[in-house]
Amino acid sequence: MVGPGPGGGAALENANPLIYRRSGERPVTAREEDDELPDSIDDREIFDLIRSINDPEHPLTLEELNVVEQVRVKVNDAESTVAVEFTPTIPHCSMATLIGLSIKVKLIRSLPERFKKMNSARLDLGEERNANMCRGKNRRVTKLPTDCFNLYSKWRRNQ
Amino acid sequence: MAAAGAGAGAGLVALAAAVQDFIAGQQDSRAVEVAAGVKDGSWTVLQLVEALGSCLESTDPRTRGRGIQLLSQVLLQCYSLLQEKEVLHLVVFYENRLQDHHLVIPSVLQGLRALSMCEVLSPGLAVSVLKAIFQEVHVQSLLQLDRHTVYSIITNFMGTREEELKGLGADFTFGFIQVMDGEKDPRNLLVAFQIVHDLITKNYALGPFVEELFEVTSCYFPIDFTPPPNDPHGIQREDLILSLRAVLASTPQFAEFLLPLLIEKMDSDLQSAKLDSLQTLTACCAVYGQKELQEFLPSLWSSLRREVFQTASEKVEAECLAALHALSACLSRSVLSSDTEDLLASFLSSILQDCRHHLCEPDMKLVWPSAKLLQAAAGASLRAYHCVTRSVLPLLLEQYTKHPQSSQRRTILEMLLGFLELQQKWGDMEEEDESSLLLLRAPVCSVVFSALTDASVQLQLVGIRALTVLGSLQGFLSPSDLELVVDHLIRLALCEEDSQSSEAAMEAAGSLAPIYPKVFSGCMVPRLEAELQSAWEEESSRDHCSLRQRCLQALAAVSIHSSIVQETVPVLLQYLRKVQKGNEAGNTQDVISVCQSLHRVALQCQQDTEGCWYYHQTVVPCLLAMAVQAAMQESTHPLLGKALLEEEVLAAMVPVISAATTHLSPELAAQSVSRIVPLFLDGEVSFLPQNSFPCSFKPFEDGECLEAQRRLVILLMAFVCSLPCSVAIPQQERLLRELLALSCSCNCPFTATTAAKCFAGLVNKHPAGQQLDEILQLAVNRMEPSLAEGPRRMQALTLLLWVTKALVLRYHPLSSRLTDKLLGLLGDAELGPTAADGFSLLMAECPDVLHKGCHADVRIMFRQRFFTDNVPKLVQGFHGAGPDVKANYLKGLSHVLNHLPKPVLVTELPTLLSLLLEALSCSDRVVQLSTLSCLQPLLLEAPQIMSLHVDTLVTKFLGLTSSPTMAVRIAALRCAHALTSLPTTVLLPYKARVIRALAKPLDDKKRLVRKEAVAARGEWFLLGSPGR
Repeated sequence: MVGPGPGGGAALENANPLIYRRSGERPVTAREEDDELPDSIDDREIFDLIRSINDPEHPLTLEELNVVEQVRVKVNDAESTVAVEFTPTIPHCSMATLIGLSIKVKLIRSLPERFKKMNSARLDLGEERNANMCRGKNRRVTKLPTDCFNLYSKWRRNQ
Repeated sequence: MAAAGAGAGAGLVALAAAVQDFIAGQQDSRAVEVAAGVKDGSWTVLQLVEALGSCLESTDPRTRGRGIQLLSQVLLQCYSLLQEKEVLHLVVFYENRLQDHHLVIPSVLQGLRALSMCEVLSPGLAVSVLKAIFQEVHVQSLLQLDRHTVYSIITNFMGTREEELKGLGADFTFGFIQVMDGEKDPRNLLVAFQIVHDLITKNYALGPFVEELFEVTSCYFPIDFTPPPNDPHGIQREDLILSLRAVLASTPQFAEFLLPLLIEKMDSDLQSAKLDSLQTLTACCAVYGQKELQEFLPSLWSSLRREVFQTASEKVEAECLAALHALSACLSRSVLSSDTEDLLASFLSSILQDCRHHLCEPDMKLVWPSAKLLQAAAGASLRAYHCVTRSVLPLLLEQYTKHPQSSQRRTILEMLLGFLELQQKWGDMEEEDESSLLLLRAPVCSVVFSALTDASVQLQLVGIRALTVLGSLQGFLSPSDLELVVDHLIRLALCEEDSQSSEAAMEAAGSLAPIYPKVFSGCMVPRLEAELQSAWEEESSRDHCSLRQRCLQALAAVSIHSSIVQETVPVLLQYLRKVQKGNEAGNTQDVISVCQSLHRVALQCQQDTEGCWYYHQTVVPCLLAMAVQAAMQESTHPLLGKALLEEEVLAAMVPVISAATTHLSPELAAQSVSRIVPLFLDGEVSFLPQNSFPCSFKPFEDGECLEAQRRLVILLMAFVCSLPCSVAIPQQERLLRELLALSCSCNCPFTATTAAKCFAGLVNKHPAGQQLDEILQLAVNRMEPSLAEGPRRMQALTLLLWVTKALVLRYHPLSSRLTDKLLGLLGDAELGPTAADGFSLLMAECPDVLHKGCHADVRIMFRQRFFTDNVPKLVQGFHGAGPDVKANYLKGLSHVLNHLPKPVLVTELPTLLSLLLEALSCSDRVVQLSTLSCLQPLLLEAPQIMSLHVDTLVTKFLGLTSSPTMAVRIAALRCAHALTSLPTTVLLPYKARVIRALAKPLDDKKRLVRKEAVAARGEWFLLGSPGR
């Protein structure tokens, strides 16, 4: 009953990256609608900023590929620090630098200046190269999504 | 006689002149005159041919061509006037001309086209024309228009001479194949495809040319055509695709050639080719049978499987599944003879073999694609369903028990649910002895019930959906299962922490209740009643408060069937009485919850006449009695029953009474109105239950202690304003006068407003005529002095607003006078701001009176009309007003604009733009907000006009991003975001400044503001970059 399938079906299995469910829009709470109460910047807010970034090789977001996860985002609003860890889909992924850069640029543009002033090195973009986390083989590098490319060239120009 | 002869002679001279001008003078317009002459009888076609005589015989092909062109153009206009004999001669003439010089051919074809439309064409001529064309003309070397003419001739003959053409046999098909071979123009292809389609569907003889016919059409597959920009012919790629598909899928005879082609194209790199192949395959399955498919089934299946397992595109997946469904349906249709193999069974078994094992693999990677494939195949027929589920359902049930994790269990249950939903399609299952599902009743139920008790909310939700599907399968659940179902639903609805599960359980109860009314009214309702009772008796801690609310919601949710409504309504009313008697602080909320539940029940039984009447008769008098009782006790025991008289409680009763009234039949409504109006006018309490009251009920009389009674006018409003228009209201004149007096004289704003609304609701439905004019005059007379001065200016303004609204809605002539009065009040220092806010009341939909649902007279375009009538006056008023009241005009204007449909707004706004820009500087929050929300769509839809003001807009928007009000900051940031849709060249000078300014709201204290700031700033960063 459980056995290898005949023909092409089994051989092609790995061409598919695992796709993860998107966490929907953050629901708006009554507290958020109250004009007086301040809302601090939290992990989910940072995650919402980066989860919709497109992967360089798939027409999918970093969230759908599980490259970024909410548990790997740490923010301290009082101290103005952010740390984001991301997991490239394969070890030694040639796109890892580009993904890191995309995340970094997105955060620089979207967070208040106090975060940048502290030290941009605090945007700790660690790479976790854990063999267990690797998914997919035989990936082909397809063309870069334009927004990623724009971020990159823009960022170069701003330096 | 002589005159006629002379006339004819003059005619011929004119004809000769016209012919000469056309041929030698190259004057194309003369052809029209010649044709007109034939039509009105000045000359005949024969005379025309004679006049042409010399040039038809000319040695210069250009002159010959010109002559034939004139003749053909005339024939195209006059073919219906020709005699049979004339047609014969003309046909012979034209056939001969086909051998002429190539310059002549286009005109000859035009002439033949004219003749092909003649009804008097003798038998045999059509065939001879076509033969001549096939033989003499090399169609593909002609120009596009001339090729089109040939196709038209063929189409005309196929329309009128089908039998004759069929006599030609396969020669006709062969001739046509040669005609269209190599065609490239999309306009001609559309016609040619139609001809091929007709050839096939009208059973012309294809003979040995099936493959040729297939080749000559299939060479265009898959269609790759992009219409040029500004294409005047409007042919879309989709048109070509559909007409080619109609050809390819029109006959099983093509199957042996088409199926290999489709299999090949499914493997294409182009997604469009894939989709086209799959859709064509689906279309083919409608006409194919077992015989055609047999040979190709294995490769079709492996292609489909590969696509579904691999693709990232949902569209391709959906088309694959549709194709598989069609294949399975096609095989299910075929009649089996004793000696042939059952292809459906073997096809399904290969699908099962390839998909089944994926369902069991521990990583569950290809689980969903496999399940979708199986479901697509199973959904095609009952036989396919049994065949698939016999093998898959036991497997899924087994897998469910094997996997302990709730996320995996959820996936498995979702798949199971998919198969159960398919069963719904086949309806009843009692007759089916061999039904695989019935045999699995016990394990399926136990799996679903275990999901319902799982800790994971997601799994519970799927379980609840599965339960709903199981319940809808007639005869699946046994009575003991049903009791368990009710247990689970009650537990989930009342006790489950997560509100999602609780809501889903209530919804499931609502959809199952009409199927098993006895079980729900006999089992669920008493249980809920008991729960409600015990929750009430406990100390009212927070938990019990929410438990009570959930009980009330659940009672409302199951009140779908009339027999259940008769059980639940008394329970709800009983509970309401109990709450009213208690005197604790939390009661208000409880009463409101009951009213909400009652409202839901009312909406659910509106459609059923008897249920509606039962509900009305039971609920309305009961609510009135309780309210009246409470109002009377108020004077003697101020504490008792106070909850019932609070404004929000009374407001919650309004929708209940209104919903119970709107759908009453006119006779029953008349019966009810004859009791309720006297109750309020004369204190007739006799129809109320428990009607022994300590004193009399006189809401319209003066007296301090009657304040509480007067508040109950809101219940009268809910009732009389919801009645159908055809119901006459007894003592309407008196009622209107009392309401008018109350609204002008009462000190309590709540009561005064209610009376004004009730008055307005009645006036809106009052038939036009003297009576209406009188009562309106009376109202104006009362309003005017109170508006001018005195302590009750505000009440008078409220009345003015409501009456104006009632009249504006029905386009009453008096409405313009009242609106002018309102416009005048905008300049009033005291009433101005309220009058400005009143414009929002005029334009907005009111929830309780004066809307379509309560049968009010509402003209659909009233907002646009109000806009065109009054906005110029508002603008004028603004320019003439003093500085302290200018804001009132802006506010009024912004309310009007806010409620206008956006498409209307975009066309009208440019004229008001300067005013809107001024309004941005206004310090009033409401004005700012509504101006920003007007400008935002304008930025997106009229960027050219807006870019003239970019400097002002940027400055104002950036300034407003630091407004103290959150809503204004959000709207300003949205506008700053929308600015990016203006032309880039206009924006680039501001880029650095905007990006710098938007850094500040990134650190806003409110998250919602930060979100908008991030979006706006990100878009500004990308301005001017490539690929944006």
